[in-house]
Amino acid sequence: MLAAVSFLGELLSFAAENAGRLARLSYEHVAITLWTLAIALPVAVSLGVVISYYERAATVVLWVAGVLMTIPAIAFFGVLVPVLGIGNPPTIAALVAYAQLPVIRNTYIGLTQADDAAIEAGTGLGMTRLERLRRVRLPVALPVVMAGIRNAVVILVGLAAIGAFIGAGGLGDFIFYGISAGDTAMIVVTTVALSALALAFDYAFGVIEQWLRLRNGEEVDRAVLTRTLAAVHARLS
Amino acid sequence: MIRFDNVHKRYSDGTHAVDGLDFEVEEGTTTVLVGPSGCGKTTTMKLVNRLEEPTDGTVYYDGTDVEALEATELRRRIGYVIQDIGLFDHMTVGENVATVPELKGWDADRTDERVDELLDLMGLPPGEYRERHPSDLSGGQRQRVGVARALAAGPDVMLMDEPFGALDPITREELQDEFIDIQREIDTTILFVTHDINEALKMGDRIAIMRDGKLVQYDTPTALLDEPKTKFVEEFVGPDRTLKRLRVLRVEEVMRPEVPDEYADIVDAFQGNDAVVADGGEIVPVAPTDSAQVALSRCIQAGVEALPVVEDSTVVGVVTESAIRNRQSEGA
Repeated sequence: MLAAVSFLGELLSFAAENAGRLARLSYEHVAITLWTLAIALPVAVSLGVVISYYERAATVVLWVAGVLMTIPAIAFFGVLVPVLGIGNPPTIAALVAYAQLPVIRNTYIGLTQADDAAIEAGTGLGMTRLERLRRVRLPVALPVVMAGIRNAVVILVGLAAIGAFIGAGGLGDFIFYGISAGDTAMIVVTTVALSALALAFDYAFGVIEQWLRLRNGEEVDRAVLTRTLAAVHARLS
Repeated sequence: MIRFDNVHKRYSDGTHAVDGLDFEVEEGTTTVLVGPSGCGKTTTMKLVNRLEEPTDGTVYYDGTDVEALEATELRRRIGYVIQDIGLFDHMTVGENVATVPELKGWDADRTDERVDELLDLMGLPPGEYRERHPSDLSGGQRQRVGVARALAAGPDVMLMDEPFGALDPITREELQDEFIDIQREIDTTILFVTHDINEALKMGDRIAIMRDGKLVQYDTPTALLDEPKTKFVEEFVGPDRTLKRLRVLRVEEVMRPEVPDEYADIVDAFQGNDAVVADGGEIVPVAPTDSAQVALSRCIQAGVEALPVVEDSTVVGVVTESAIRNRQSEGA
């Protein structure tokens, strides 16, 4: 009991003493994650759109994206570091690869979800293929795509820690340092920060997903933040 | 308005869905394509807005070969209503109705105004329904939105593929009646597909009966009932042709525009009160647009030989049981 209390004290004092550095590392961590999303999403969503038109390509693309996910990060770095150097670029490149499967898959599933009758009506009323995509298929798919992004982002936040191994910074820095220095408090506090970050991303993207579903007229169990935003929105309009 | 010139449609599996179709849908009429399932009626309809392309022959829209027109442009000039409705569930009712005006690039004010006008026309007050999602609506309301969406950009032609087929009988009847009224207001050429001969007789000015991709008979409802050209048509129309004629015959076609002396008491009795108790029951007047069936059934119910015909709450004539009877035997 006493040992537990004193360990907790150790953790708190570590967190207090290193708050500034933890904040900086968290910021780097978020930056890596966001850069990854900025590159990965356009690629993955475009691929998802393309394979929704070409059924046969779908199997191949989803299979390749699945294989990418099974490649260990260390192996990726081995190939990427000689080409891209060390630091952020190879880390982001590897993370972009990991983000593909959940986003491509959900885009593909979301796009094939639109009601056949709605597609037929759209065609019959004079929508071109692009207009059907933009006005019917994409809006219906968007919440599903967002669920995929949410899925990817949680994976990315965790994986981004490994980037520290090749000098990318982020919270991984403290974890690696803690391991080599045998500093348990450092490892535990950083891991908690990492999990909190992942949960925060998960929640934020979850709220966006709910908002998209509400806009499409779907019924959802609203999260607290969604309810709050809806209330604010109602107040303003 | 729409002309089929020796049109064929063969599918790669060998099905000959449309087999040498030659007929014209006249401007301003409601023409109903009717026949058993698989007779090619839906394919025929889809040849007009190029959801299907003929393998042989030509479809003319307002004198132009449809193949020469840009498909999306053509479709935006043609309203399209299908049995499955196909509303965009992710959009509001208003956004659904605004679809074609937006595709055509109307400005927002004009579109909004048009949307409200159509929702009013379809009996869905815009204040209450415009911002709702289709998933909140009943089947009948959804199809009303479907019809409003098809009418939005003021099409010259409406294609309606079993539009009321998926609704319950009561709602179907209601929507048919409403649509007949709307159709008088909008004056659009309508091509209507159904497998239900009663619906065809009710909705159509002209009826095209199809079988195995061929046109079997193309006539007015009355002509169809009076003179079915083949055994197939006779069977398709059914053994109760005489009764069906009562439904297509309108009171205005058999009424007398004056009130003969022998029926003066019935009219007087009616004018005294809204509904008067006669020997059998109350006398309920008919409107000129009511069917002979309604008139006859009210005659029988009230135990009288004639009924006053009332338009805008004034008596414009009488309709007699014997007049209906005589007209019927002429036909048969």
